[in-house]
Amino acid sequence: MKREIPLFVTAAVGLFMILSFFVPHQVVSVPADFLQQCAIIVVAFGIVLGGANLLRVNLEAVARRESGWPYKLVLVAGLIVTVVIGLVEGRDFQATGTRSTWIYDQVYSSMTAAMFALLAFYIASAAFRAFRIRTVEAALLAVAAFLVMMGRVPLGGVLTAGLPAPFRVESVAQWIMDVPQNAANRAILIGAALGVMATGLRVILGIERSYLSGED
Amino acid sequence: MPHVEHGGADDGRDGVLGRAGLTATGLLVALLAPPAHPGTTAMAGAPPIVIPDTAARAAAPDTTGAVPGVPAPRPARGLVWKDVPDDAGRAVDLAWEASPDEGVAGRVDGYRLLRSESPGGPWTVVDSVAAGVTACRDESGSLQRDVAYFYRVDTRGPGGVTPAGSVTGPVLATSQWFNHTRWSVLVLTMLFFAFVLFFIQSAQGEGKKPFVRRIPGIDAIEEAIGRATEMGRPVLYVPGVQDIEDMQTVQSLIILESVAKTTARYETPLKVPVTYPIPFTIAQEMVKGGYLHAGRPEQYDPDSVTFVSPEQFAYVAAITGVMMRDKPAAHIFLGAFFAESLLLAEAGFESGAIQVAGTANADQLPFFVVACDYTLIGEELFAASAYLSGEPKLVGSLKGADLMKIAIILLVLAGCVLETFGQHGLTRWLATQ
Repeated sequence: MKREIPLFVTAAVGLFMILSFFVPHQVVSVPADFLQQCAIIVVAFGIVLGGANLLRVNLEAVARRESGWPYKLVLVAGLIVTVVIGLVEGRDFQATGTRSTWIYDQVYSSMTAAMFALLAFYIASAAFRAFRIRTVEAALLAVAAFLVMMGRVPLGGVLTAGLPAPFRVESVAQWIMDVPQNAANRAILIGAALGVMATGLRVILGIERSYLSGED
Repeated sequence: MPHVEHGGADDGRDGVLGRAGLTATGLLVALLAPPAHPGTTAMAGAPPIVIPDTAARAAAPDTTGAVPGVPAPRPARGLVWKDVPDDAGRAVDLAWEASPDEGVAGRVDGYRLLRSESPGGPWTVVDSVAAGVTACRDESGSLQRDVAYFYRVDTRGPGGVTPAGSVTGPVLATSQWFNHTRWSVLVLTMLFFAFVLFFIQSAQGEGKKPFVRRIPGIDAIEEAIGRATEMGRPVLYVPGVQDIEDMQTVQSLIILESVAKTTARYETPLKVPVTYPIPFTIAQEMVKGGYLHAGRPEQYDPDSVTFVSPEQFAYVAAITGVMMRDKPAAHIFLGAFFAESLLLAEAGFESGAIQVAGTANADQLPFFVVACDYTLIGEELFAASAYLSGEPKLVGSLKGADLMKIAIILLVLAGCVLETFGQHGLTRWLATQ
């Protein structure tokens, strides 16, 4: 029974949610909306579990003086300070001028922007490796990338301005994006969508049941 | 449901009132309206019902805040409605004739739609549109199904706001039992389910595992764990940055059990930082299950799965920190990834670890291909659990997906041929809302 009841609930809710995609009537849509709201509430409870785990793991690491423990201490302090200030400020903690907003704008946003900015350097180093021509496929990739890049900058247009319109680099770049790139992209998407549906069906029908944990 | 035009006082300029049901727009909407839907207005020929209450007041322009010397715009008229078909009764389409002053520069700024439960008000603004727009959809959250509403269109301009000379109603938003625009999805879904179930049944009956081509990316997972074992370093498993409603996260957590089983067998530590609380609890169960199935439950470390943060770049910062401090020898990135894909993969590359990645987010695949040793592309991610388990039933479902791909290819070819010859029926049937 420990496995049968969850399997039954999964199958019933899964099939009902599929039905709600096709039946907009309130008999189906209202319970479907309710179930989705329930999911949000369950997630809200889950955040308590997550927060507790975060505190426990990091406090233990600080207590044991594991490598990088000062960083963990900063994390714990940041978590506690942010939560306490948010609780003190109450429902309007996101309003302009609150301490919570200051923490978000001045601390969190800056750090996020710094992480995101690293992407520029990583793209440069990754592109350098990607465009090293070692095989036929790598050569094709490099040529296609070169054409697309040239087609996206004014220099490319200037250099090929004398050619007939379909042979100008911007037209070639657009063709690469619209035809081969798009075709490959859609093939991947169709395959992935079928994979999503197959996985969903396996879970709903109880064929894929590893999510129920290993304990029988 | 007859369309009721509330005739009222004229604005004194065109002398025509209560004509909404007889306008060209009204006729067009009436012709397009499917008669099967209750609540859809029958505009043409509907007898106007004159409700002599606040009509005179309704037509008087409001010149509060108006620019002196600029006359108030003449009102829009001919407001017609249509219940939005194939929905849950939460929207109404509205269309009207533009104010005659739209042709005069600077006279009309736009229109605003007002709704009330009685023809005399009180009125609530539900939408505003710019000049030149003569239709809108009221799908505001306050609209309730099967409640009779009245609508009015006001014309806004520098000279003030002029209400239409009439109101339209009662308007009913009703729900339908089937979304007719999704017939094609239903048929193809049923076909796909039939294929999958057939192959699952066949595999179960024969007890024989259907042939599946070798997927190097999945085979590489064990190789990566083996390498980590040889080096005496942990394995880092990243299940993506999405919550459990994303099927890629579900799939990644299913694969996690197999990975945990292998790390348990090899007695190699496993680290699983997770973004959201629900995947976190499931990941704990999967890792525990993996150690249990490997016969090494005592080796399970409850701290191997840790909750980090649902914030994308905070998560990235935490994982790159693990990569730099703990130096895992194998990184496995399976799930939904976005801008962080290259940050993770490139940081991992610099740490010298063997990397296996997989995602169905096509935009992120190039980054993984460049920075990782092996990449599972799209559907390979969803085939991984069946491939790893080798269970005939699970592998059978892959066969069903392959057959559906053939059906889709045939459908695409048929669509190309039909479109080439100007036949758009199949394309229209496949278009969904």
